[in-house]
Amino acid sequence: MRAPGDGRQGIMAGDVLLAVEGVSLAFGGVKAITDVSFDIRKGEIRAIIGPNGAGKTSMLNVINGFYHPQQGRITFKGEARKRMRPYVAASQGIARTFQNVALFKGMSTLDNIMAGRTLKMNKGFFWQCLRYGPAMREEIEHRKFVEEIIDFLEIQAIRKTPVGKLPYGLQKRVELGRALAMEPELLLLDEPMAGMNLEEKADMSRFILEVSAQYGTTIALIEHDMGVVMDLSDRVVVLEYGRKIADGTPAEVSADQSVIDAYLGVPH
Amino acid sequence: MDILYKILIDPFVQMGAAPDLLVQTVWEGLVSGVLYALIALGFVLIFKASGVFNFAQGIMVVFAGLTLVGLHEMGLPAPIALLVTLGVMFFIAVAVERVVLRPLVNQPDIILFMATFGITYLLIGFGELIFGGNPKRMITEELYLPSGAIEWKAFGGFVQFQKIDVAAAVIAALMIAVLAFFFQKTRIGRALRAVADSHKAALSVGISLNQIWVIVWFTAGIVALVTGIMWGARSDVSFALQVIALKALPVLILGGFTSVPGAIVGGLIIGIGEKIGEFYWGPLVGGGIESWLAYFIALGFLLFRPQGLFGEKIIERI
Amino acid sequence: MFYREAGQYKTSYASDMAVFPIRQDLIGVLLILAVAYAAIPAFASDFFISSVMIPFLVFSLAAIGLNVLTGYTGLISLGTGAFMGVGAYACYKLTTIFPGVNIIVWIVVSGFFSAAVGVVFGIPSLRIKGFYLAVATLAAQFFLQWCFVRIPWLYNYNASGAIEVAQRTLFDIPITGPRATPETRYFILLTLVVVLTWFASNLVHGRIGRAWMAVRDMDIAAELMGIKLLDTKLLAFAVSSFYAGVAGAAMMFLWYGGGEASDAFNINQSFNILFMIIIGGLGSLLGAFFGAAFISTLPTILKFGLPAIGIPLAGATAEHLTHILVGGLIIFFLIVEPHGLARLWQIGKQKLRMWPFPY
Repeated sequence: MRAPGDGRQGIMAGDVLLAVEGVSLAFGGVKAITDVSFDIRKGEIRAIIGPNGAGKTSMLNVINGFYHPQQGRITFKGEARKRMRPYVAASQGIARTFQNVALFKGMSTLDNIMAGRTLKMNKGFFWQCLRYGPAMREEIEHRKFVEEIIDFLEIQAIRKTPVGKLPYGLQKRVELGRALAMEPELLLLDEPMAGMNLEEKADMSRFILEVSAQYGTTIALIEHDMGVVMDLSDRVVVLEYGRKIADGTPAEVSADQSVIDAYLGVPH
Repeated sequence: MDILYKILIDPFVQMGAAPDLLVQTVWEGLVSGVLYALIALGFVLIFKASGVFNFAQGIMVVFAGLTLVGLHEMGLPAPIALLVTLGVMFFIAVAVERVVLRPLVNQPDIILFMATFGITYLLIGFGELIFGGNPKRMITEELYLPSGAIEWKAFGGFVQFQKIDVAAAVIAALMIAVLAFFFQKTRIGRALRAVADSHKAALSVGISLNQIWVIVWFTAGIVALVTGIMWGARSDVSFALQVIALKALPVLILGGFTSVPGAIVGGLIIGIGEKIGEFYWGPLVGGGIESWLAYFIALGFLLFRPQGLFGEKIIERI
Repeated sequence: MFYREAGQYKTSYASDMAVFPIRQDLIGVLLILAVAYAAIPAFASDFFISSVMIPFLVFSLAAIGLNVLTGYTGLISLGTGAFMGVGAYACYKLTTIFPGVNIIVWIVVSGFFSAAVGVVFGIPSLRIKGFYLAVATLAAQFFLQWCFVRIPWLYNYNASGAIEVAQRTLFDIPITGPRATPETRYFILLTLVVVLTWFASNLVHGRIGRAWMAVRDMDIAAELMGIKLLDTKLLAFAVSSFYAGVAGAAMMFLWYGGGEASDAFNINQSFNILFMIIIGGLGSLLGAFFGAAFISTLPTILKFGLPAIGIPLAGATAEHLTHILVGGLIIFFLIVEPHGLARLWQIGKQKLRMWPFPY
C-alpha cells in the first residue's frame, strides 16, 4: 500500500473527468440525493463513503445513467448532460461493478468477461451465423484481450466454470474482470470488498491499485472499510442522508468534525 | 372517413339509441367478468402465499366441476358429491404440496411455473380417464341453484337477467367477503400474509410453510369448485373451459398478481370490455374478436402502467 | 475408456473455442449425421420416416426457435404455435403467387415473415418482463389464430379453409404434394434442420449469444455494460420466430401435406413446444432435440408400441395416458434435474470422462 498522495500530486490538480453538479434524486417523496456536487479527476482513485442509506449507490446509478436525477447535470469528458443513458454511459467508457454481485450466473467466467467486450465487437449478424472469417477473427482477437485480464486477475483455473458455482470472493473478482474488459476510462466500484476476509481484501486492493497504475483508469469506489479507503484513495467525498458533508484528501476528511459526528454519532 | 365514422362514432350512436341493449351487454360482461375474477382470485391466493404462478388454476376449475358432475352421474346424491369433491380438492392440495412444492422449494419461479404445467396435464389426463372427455351438464337443480330469468323493463325495452348469473354474482361476493375476513382476522390468515411477505421470515417465527401451502391450495381448490359450478351452470362442464380460463391472465395483469381487489376489478373490466368490444366493434372485422381482445386490453394497459392497477411503482435496484 | 481428452492439446484460441472442442464429440456428431443421411433412409420403413423422423425434425426446429427466446434470452413465449402458423400461411401465399420459384426457397423465406411478426409482438418485451410477457405472447397467439380463420385471403378462399399443398418439384423429383415420397421430404427437412442448427449453434456461441444470455441472467447489468436491451430482445424474437416459421412451413408442406392449418397452430401446439424445451433443457440446442424427440414420439410409441407388446389400448385412452405421462414426466424431470435431459447428458459425459474414477 502506498501512503496517501505520494508522487501523485499531479492528479490532485489534474483534469476533471467527471463532474456532478447540483444533482438531486427522489423516488416519490423519498429524497435519495439532495443537491450533491463533486468531481472526479483523471487517473485518481476517488472514494465515496457514508453511512448506510446515504445515497452512495444511488449516486453511482445516476452517474452511469440507471437513475435519472430530477435536478442537476453531469459532465463527462467535457460533455454536459442532464441525464445519462446507460448505453451512452457504457459506450463512452463508464464501467461498473455492483454491490450485490450482478454476474451472468448461467455463463462461464470466460463468457462473462467476453460479454464485457460486446461494445467493442461489431461483426454483423451474417458473419455471426457462420462463425467464420471476420467474426471468428474478431472473436479470437478479443479472446486474447480477455485472457490478459484473466491472467491479471489470476483466475485462469476458473475460466470455464459457470460463475454461479464460484465462491463470493471469486465472483467479485470476475465482476471486476468483466468491467475491465470494457476498457473503461471511469470505473465505478460499488463495495468491491464487502463480505471479504482480510486476504481477499488485500488481493482486491492490490488489483485496484494495479488497474489504476497499469491502465491509468480513473476509479470511483464505495467502501465501508475505512482502512482500505484511507490507504487506496486520493480523495474522499462523504455523503450523509443524501447530502455531501465533506470532500477532500483522506487526512482532511478523517479530521472533519461533521464526518466524525456522522460516523460516531453526536453526543446528546 | 366512412371507416372512421364506423369505428369512432357509430358504436356510440348505437349505444345511445338502444340503452337497454347496452345495459344487457354490460351485464353479460359483468357476469363473465365475475367468473374471470374468480379464477384470478384462486390464482392470486396461491401466488401470494407460495410465489407460484399457478397455471393449473383453470384446469382445477374444470376438474372440480367434472368431479362433481361425474360423481353425481355415478349415483351419489348432489350434496354428498359436493362433499366428496371438496375432499378430492383437499387431496389435490396435499398431493401438490408433497409431490411438487416440497421437492421444488427454493427453485427459481420459472421452474415452479413449469411444474404447474405438469399439474395441468396430470389433471387433464386423469379427468379424461376417469370421467371421459365429453362435455357434461352441470347439476344445477340438484344443488338448489335457481334457473330461469328475470326481465326488467327499462330504457324503452327490457333487460334480461339469468337467475343463475345473479346467484353467481351474489355467491362470488359472499365468498370474497369470507376470504377477506379469513385473511384479515384469523391466525391462519395472518400467517398467510406473513408467508406472502417473506418465506424466510415466516419460517423464523415458527410458521409451517408446508401447512400454509396446503391450506392455500385447498382454498384455491374451493374457489375453483365454486367457479366450476357457476361456469358449468352457464354453459357445460368441458375441457374447453381451460382455454377460456387463460383469460384470467390479462385480468391478473390489470389487477396485479398479488391484489385480491385487483383481481376482482380487473375481472370486471376485462369482462365488460370484451363484451362491449365484441358487440359494438366486433362486426366491423367479422366478429370473434372476443378471443383476443382481453389480451390486447391488458397489453395496452401494461405499456402505460407496468405495475398493474393496484401495484406499487416498481423501483429497480441493483 | 474411449471418451478421453488426454493428449488433445489446444494450441490456438480457435481450437479452444470450437463448438466441439473434444475430438470424440465431433466424431459422434459425424456418426449421427451419417446415420441420419444414410442408414435411416436405407433401412427404416416409410412409416418410421413419416411418422417418427419427420415430426421429430419439424419439432426440433420449432424447439430450437423457442429455446433461443426462452432458454437463451429468458423471455417466455406462449405463442410459438401461432408463429409457426405465420410461416405456413406465408409459404402457402408465396408459392401460390410465385409457383415458379422452388418451394424450398419459399419455406426458408416464409421464416422471415414470421420473424417480422415476431418482432412486432416482441416490442412490449422492453417494458414487460417475466410472466407479464407470457400474456403479450398469448395476445399474439389468439390474435394470429383469429386471423388464420377470419382472413380468407390467407387460405386462398378455399371452401375448406385449409391449406392445399400442390405438387412442387426439385430436379423433376416431387418434393411436396401427394406424390412426394417420405424419403425425399425427409432428406429436404433433414438438410434444413442441419443447416439451421449449425447457424443457431454459431449464433449462441458468439457475441450475439452472449448478449442474449446476459439479458437473461441479469438484464440491468447487461444494460449498464452497453448491451442494448430492446435490440437484443427483438433480435431474439426475430431469430426465434424465424425458426418457428420455417418449422411451421415445413410442417404443412413436408409433413402434413396440407390440412386444417388453424388447428395445427393453436395454443396447445405452443405449450407442446414449451414442454419440449423444458424437458430437453432450457438454453441448450441439444436439449431442443432431446425434448422434441421425447414429446413428439411419446404419443406414437404409446399408440403403436403398447398394442405391439400385447397391451390393447383404445385411441382415446392412449391420448389420456399421454397427458398423464407428459404431466408426470414434467414434474419428475423438474425435480430430478431442472435443467433437463441435456444436463443429464452432460453429467453422464462428465462421468464417462472420469471413469472409472468417481472424481
